[in-house]
Amino acid sequence: MQRIGVFVCHCGTNIAGTVDVKAVAEALKSEPGVVFSTEYQYMCSEAGQNIIKNAIREHQLTGVVICSCSPRMHEATFRKTASAAGLNPYMVEIANIREQVSWIHKDMKAGTEKAIILGRAAIAKVSLNAPLIPGESPVVKRALVIGGGIAGIQTALDIADAGFEVDIVEKEPTIGGKMTQLDKTFPTLDCAACILTPKMVDCAQNEKIRIYSYSEVSEVKGFVGNFTVTIKKKARYVDELKCTGCGECTEKCPQKKVPNAFNLGLDNRRAIYIPFAQAVPKVATIDADYCNMLKNGKCGVCAKVCGAGAIDYKQKDSFIEERYGAIVVATGFNPIKLDAYEEYGYKQSKDVITSLELERLMNAAGPNGGTLLRPSDKTHPHTIVFVQCVGSRCDDGKGKSYCSKICCMYTAKHAMLIREKYPDTEVYVFYIDVRTPGKNFDEFYRRAVEEYGVHYIKGMVGKVAPQPDGKLLVQGSDLLADEQLRVEADLVVLAAAIEPDKTARSLGTMLTASMDTNDFFTEAHPKLRPVESPTAGIFLSGVCQGPKDIPETVSQAGAAASKVIGLLAKDKLTCNPCVAHSDEMLCNGCSACEKVCPYGAITYSDKEFRGPNRTTLIRRVASVNDAVCQGCGACTVACPSGAMDLKGFSNSQIMAEVDAICK
Amino acid sequence: MIYSYYPGCTLKTKAKELDRYARRSAEALGITLNELPEWQCCGGAYTTAQDEIATKLASVRALAAAEQEGGELVTLCSACHNVLKRVNHDLLTDGEFAGKVNRYMNPEQPYGGKTKVVHYLELLRDTVGFDELAKKVVKPFTGKKIAAYYGCLLLRPGKVLAMDDPENPVIMEDFIRAIGGDPVIYPYRNECCGGYVTLEDQALAVKKSSAVMESAEGFGAELLITACPLCLYNLNKTDGFGTEVHYFTELLAEALGVKD
Repeated sequence: MQRIGVFVCHCGTNIAGTVDVKAVAEALKSEPGVVFSTEYQYMCSEAGQNIIKNAIREHQLTGVVICSCSPRMHEATFRKTASAAGLNPYMVEIANIREQVSWIHKDMKAGTEKAIILGRAAIAKVSLNAPLIPGESPVVKRALVIGGGIAGIQTALDIADAGFEVDIVEKEPTIGGKMTQLDKTFPTLDCAACILTPKMVDCAQNEKIRIYSYSEVSEVKGFVGNFTVTIKKKARYVDELKCTGCGECTEKCPQKKVPNAFNLGLDNRRAIYIPFAQAVPKVATIDADYCNMLKNGKCGVCAKVCGAGAIDYKQKDSFIEERYGAIVVATGFNPIKLDAYEEYGYKQSKDVITSLELERLMNAAGPNGGTLLRPSDKTHPHTIVFVQCVGSRCDDGKGKSYCSKICCMYTAKHAMLIREKYPDTEVYVFYIDVRTPGKNFDEFYRRAVEEYGVHYIKGMVGKVAPQPDGKLLVQGSDLLADEQLRVEADLVVLAAAIEPDKTARSLGTMLTASMDTNDFFTEAHPKLRPVESPTAGIFLSGVCQGPKDIPETVSQAGAAASKVIGLLAKDKLTCNPCVAHSDEMLCNGCSACEKVCPYGAITYSDKEFRGPNRTTLIRRVASVNDAVCQGCGACTVACPSGAMDLKGFSNSQIMAEVDAICK
Repeated sequence: MIYSYYPGCTLKTKAKELDRYARRSAEALGITLNELPEWQCCGGAYTTAQDEIATKLASVRALAAAEQEGGELVTLCSACHNVLKRVNHDLLTDGEFAGKVNRYMNPEQPYGGKTKVVHYLELLRDTVGFDELAKKVVKPFTGKKIAAYYGCLLLRPGKVLAMDDPENPVIMEDFIRAIGGDPVIYPYRNECCGGYVTLEDQALAVKKSSAVMESAEGFGAELLITACPLCLYNLNKTDGFGTEVHYFTELLAEALGVKD
């Protein structure tokens, strides 16, 4: 018989407000095996933990039940407490009477009753607990960063700086991400390229960093400390080692009508291209969709002009397998497609553009060499209207319900830059709210209004109507003046909502990393573990976790790196001992468990057993690799003979809990 | 191809041409339109009142009758189409409303929104096909700059009417191309003409309709087409514009050579 101690937490008034904690402690005192029962205001505090430690020693407790918050919150805390008092940490059970009781019920009587029942179930379970000893697994001292934007670059640099090797996998031909397309950055208005490209070069020159550009992750196996990742290097039809990036081919290629994705289709490039002058690696790539040689075997100009002999039309996708201890997701974002917002006429007029397109139009390396000309007739726009929240904070199902967070600031930046460079231009900004929390952010926005005279209008635009003379009639409402406005504009700029990159969803599935309904990766704890995925060994950096600007992205990238460094600094990881094991005497070798195991942790082997009358039997039985098993329990459900069981969550323990609840 | 057909009151009085040319054209295209027997007014305007079914019952009767006849009901007037399609959508998606209606009407066969409401333009696009229609044109409007005027009721609410993108529609422009014309794209083609406001405040309706005419002419329109009798009425009340406004069926009949 176990000697069980019960500890009921008030969690201030979080629990005690809806649950009579004293009654719970009193009721659980008389449960079988319980030798001690008490309550305390904050069980997780040092004083609370001391109560537990003293009770373990004083009453020679062999099992502990804590009635408190979710085990996700403090199970680890209380296991450490028990361990410190000499008790095996797996002899601790948590009854969640906060998230499952006090936070969801209003009635004190019903809440108290339910808390007692959950406490009883935990007592029934802990009665059957057995001490567990965790094993260890080695850590591969290399990290993988998926995505080479500013988030991935910063994470990789910080990991490398700590002395660990790190690989960046980037799906585009160059690293740099969205930031390479930006002109100036808020709130200091320094040029994006000036602060980003040195970091890109640092990545290329750092001995600890390998860059797989034009590559994608195609398979992930393994677990924290020991991932095996297959990387697909897409055929770029250019030998990366031979190409010198001279650009000769990109000038001679006769296929000139390829929409330039880097400039968002505002101008054209050739079929063989280097996205921009500062690309890293500076290697040409052939766009197979447009290359005449690849499409119909006629051309071959680039091969002829290439002095390095780097062109290889027969190149195929290749696959590389690498092992990593940790994986950082930094897959970033894209602006949404504006198909559902034709009231703004994005498809109907060339002079209705997105904010990212404006960045290219204003960029010195952009299609107009930095002179702001409107796309339709290449004239200077004299009246410009910005529309904010296009697809953000949308509850009509067309757009995104969330705030994209960066638009208020970049719109203020655009407005200011335009007024600075072209003082004769009138600039209007239609907004729902202006949201500028962040260091020096609100001052920045106020400067746009007060010093630069940008007309901020609270209200949304209903229609952008192209006029016969080429002007755009913007109809909107001014909610503060309570009147309808009509502005004749030359250029309309839409602040499109941002959404996670399309590759995020399939990557999330590969990594078994959870995502929210918007396809943003979910953090392990929204406040206390913001850069870790709930899946061990997976870390989050940048907008893949939620909308954020560059300063915030860089902070998060550094935080993710420090978590990775903390992991890679360990030689061995403690394994979760709550894993499956097979009772060889019951196993009939049917393979049902092997088929359902998502981690490939189960193998079969022939073993000798003693048969009747001193004979020897050879039987095929399952065995579980403790280091690979994640303790999901799928095999215990699939096993027809009941041979598979999960340590710490055995079938008998679960049934005991159910019985205690139904009693 | 045989379809149930719902003309509506206006097509029997003020907008006889809309109806007449539609029937002639359908015949030329091998489509039989069977006018629903004993149809009643659609209600005229869809009411958004949640606790009231009376204004929708007339539509339900037409929809239920069409279900008995084959399940597809062709409409022509934008207003009727809007009302019928929305009432049908309510029956299909709002169980409480459908229950109330059926309990009140107590029909032999309960009606649950199964009838497909098809606008004449959709019939041309989806059943005949604009490419096929183009082949049957004998008198094309070659070189004629024709502006389509959609108004509000034909396309909105977009999710329920589900005919085209309400902010940037193409169905009537494709129709104009099929009859050989040159579609004029102008921003006010999906704005309101003033609608029933003309009864209260004709000046306001004229102002709205004038904006439409001005925009269409500004972009070079020589002719305006519409599917809505009320739109046509309001557009014709404007002053100082030379562009004629016609029902799209009239041009269709002319292109098919069956106008007279």
